[in-house]
Amino acid sequence: MADSTAKSSRTRDLDKLLERRGPLVGANFLASSETISDIKEFLNVLVVGAGGLGCELLKDLALSGFQKLEVIDMDRIEVTNLNRQFLFRLEDVGKPKAEVAAKRVMERINGVEIRHHFCRIEDKPLEFYEKFNIIVLGLDSIEARSYINAVACGFLEYDSDDNPIEETMKAMVDGGTEGFKGHARVILPGLTPCFECTIWLFPPQVKFPLCTLAETPRTAAHCIEYAHLIKWDEVHSGKSFDPDNLDHMQWVYTEAAKRAELFGIQGVTYSLTQGVVKNIIPAIASTNAIISAACSLETLKIATGCSKLLSNYLTYNGVEGLHTKVTEFVRDKDCLVCGPGVLIELDASVTLKKFIDILKDHPKLFLTGVSITYRGKNLYMRAPPVLEEMTRPNLDIQLFELMDRTPKDIIHVTGAAGKGEKKQSCLRKLRVVFKGLDGVTDLDMAGGA
Amino acid sequence: MIKLFKVKEKQKELAENANGKPPVKKQSAGELRLHKDISELNLPKTCTIAFPNGKDDLMNFEVTIRPDEGYYLGGTFVFSFQISPIYPHEAPKVKCKTKVYHPNIDLEGNVCLNILREDWKPVLNINTIIYGLYHLFTEPNHEDPLNPDAAAVLRDNPKLFESNVRRAMAGGYVGQMFFPRCV
Repeated sequence: MADSTAKSSRTRDLDKLLERRGPLVGANFLASSETISDIKEFLNVLVVGAGGLGCELLKDLALSGFQKLEVIDMDRIEVTNLNRQFLFRLEDVGKPKAEVAAKRVMERINGVEIRHHFCRIEDKPLEFYEKFNIIVLGLDSIEARSYINAVACGFLEYDSDDNPIEETMKAMVDGGTEGFKGHARVILPGLTPCFECTIWLFPPQVKFPLCTLAETPRTAAHCIEYAHLIKWDEVHSGKSFDPDNLDHMQWVYTEAAKRAELFGIQGVTYSLTQGVVKNIIPAIASTNAIISAACSLETLKIATGCSKLLSNYLTYNGVEGLHTKVTEFVRDKDCLVCGPGVLIELDASVTLKKFIDILKDHPKLFLTGVSITYRGKNLYMRAPPVLEEMTRPNLDIQLFELMDRTPKDIIHVTGAAGKGEKKQSCLRKLRVVFKGLDGVTDLDMAGGA
Repeated sequence: MIKLFKVKEKQKELAENANGKPPVKKQSAGELRLHKDISELNLPKTCTIAFPNGKDDLMNFEVTIRPDEGYYLGGTFVFSFQISPIYPHEAPKVKCKTKVYHPNIDLEGNVCLNILREDWKPVLNINTIIYGLYHLFTEPNHEDPLNPDAAAVLRDNPKLFESNVRRAMAGGYVGQMFFPRCV
């Protein structure tokens, strides 16, 4: 009895919130004492990244009642992490971040179970990601976000009316910080814009012209990039530069410093060298804390429906004064990653050639000059000639066979869409479903299209 | 918002169907966009493209340029292209694999072409880059030097530049530097 009192006291405020209805609760909200126990028992949350944001996220989520967490990170702890990645101690340097972060949170918060994965996100099979209901991202690169987004959206299925099927939706909450700035966003694939719908939000990387680096350096960054991009190759023929190798970094710093002296430029330091080469911006602990808090709260709201969600992109800027803004971005309805694509039903006997003819007359496509790709296999390429020749034999093969006898799947086609003067070059996603296969019963196709 | 009762069912179902599906490959948005670029390539007669890893790896390929006019007429120049998964957010990495005496290409194969670095925009494509590279051979430019010696000769003594290019392409020395034959 004493034990249960102690337990309920820890989530007392949360219990109150989840046991009563309020004016702002979501449509799915069930005022019930079971909600919190269901979250603990059934909800799987993945935290991607165990760095500055990841440490905060794990702590915040564990304290918000989430008990089944997993964390994935490929990095080991470095001394420079310790000022803000508060789950790590000096004696942890060199150990995997995911492992130590999971251990420390479990030590401090009773009942929390955190499985850790010390590997690259690409190393996990796609099925690994299937069991998660919510994926929370604490990452620092566009590549990694784009990958997780593609994986999560890959599970999304649409019904025959192009409405997303709720149970297949993997919600994502994405946090990001850069110095005093940060963002938090909620991605409900099929309902709100996915990462790829709004990839244009990311500013292009600053790249200096190579000839400026080679001939007319004016800044410390120019000297560093010269050593990194030009001098390295000149000296280490064939050996590629590894930004995580300390000797490599030291070499670039030394060369950059020599060049700066030659041109009378001030300001080349080792940390600036790291910053320029690895594109590092100094991390601010409080920015991570603020963004993580926002992400954790949204995760709780997605899980319980206890309040309206952030819709759908929060920006935070603490550089001069403090500014925050929420923007409601819109989906790209033709998004290749999260969009429904055009539903096409086919007989299993249709050859690739016949399929291309069908696309030509399809009322939603009128697609000509078609090239087709399926899960990284190029089934047909109309150009260049070398690829056309290699893929031409596929034209007489059944599409069903080319798709490894998969009853329904996504394929991508490029070509010119539309009629007459309005023809436009395009890249489209198609949901191909084969009809009349024995033993195939699909609930979502039962209505027919 | 998640319907918790559905989540319960789904988690039970997943547990039952574990290990059911074969592993599948995830195609990045960059790969798809590249697929479009490649299938719409419209190369001049002077340029050809090859895929050393076969038809299913478009992310790494080689472009061969054989200029039909200018200083580099008759030469054969091979460029390697490496495309990132977040293409076209990031420009392709292009290197010249043929050692060439050229003001805008250094001896390591780095290429000074604005659209490969500071002026890259996601609306540009592989076709644009190949035309840009071709242009470097018809109109080498001494104002953006990566090989400062070659640039200075082109600026001050175009006749000498022309004969240096000829000598390098035939396989020989320009100053201290040897260039393998590429005609």
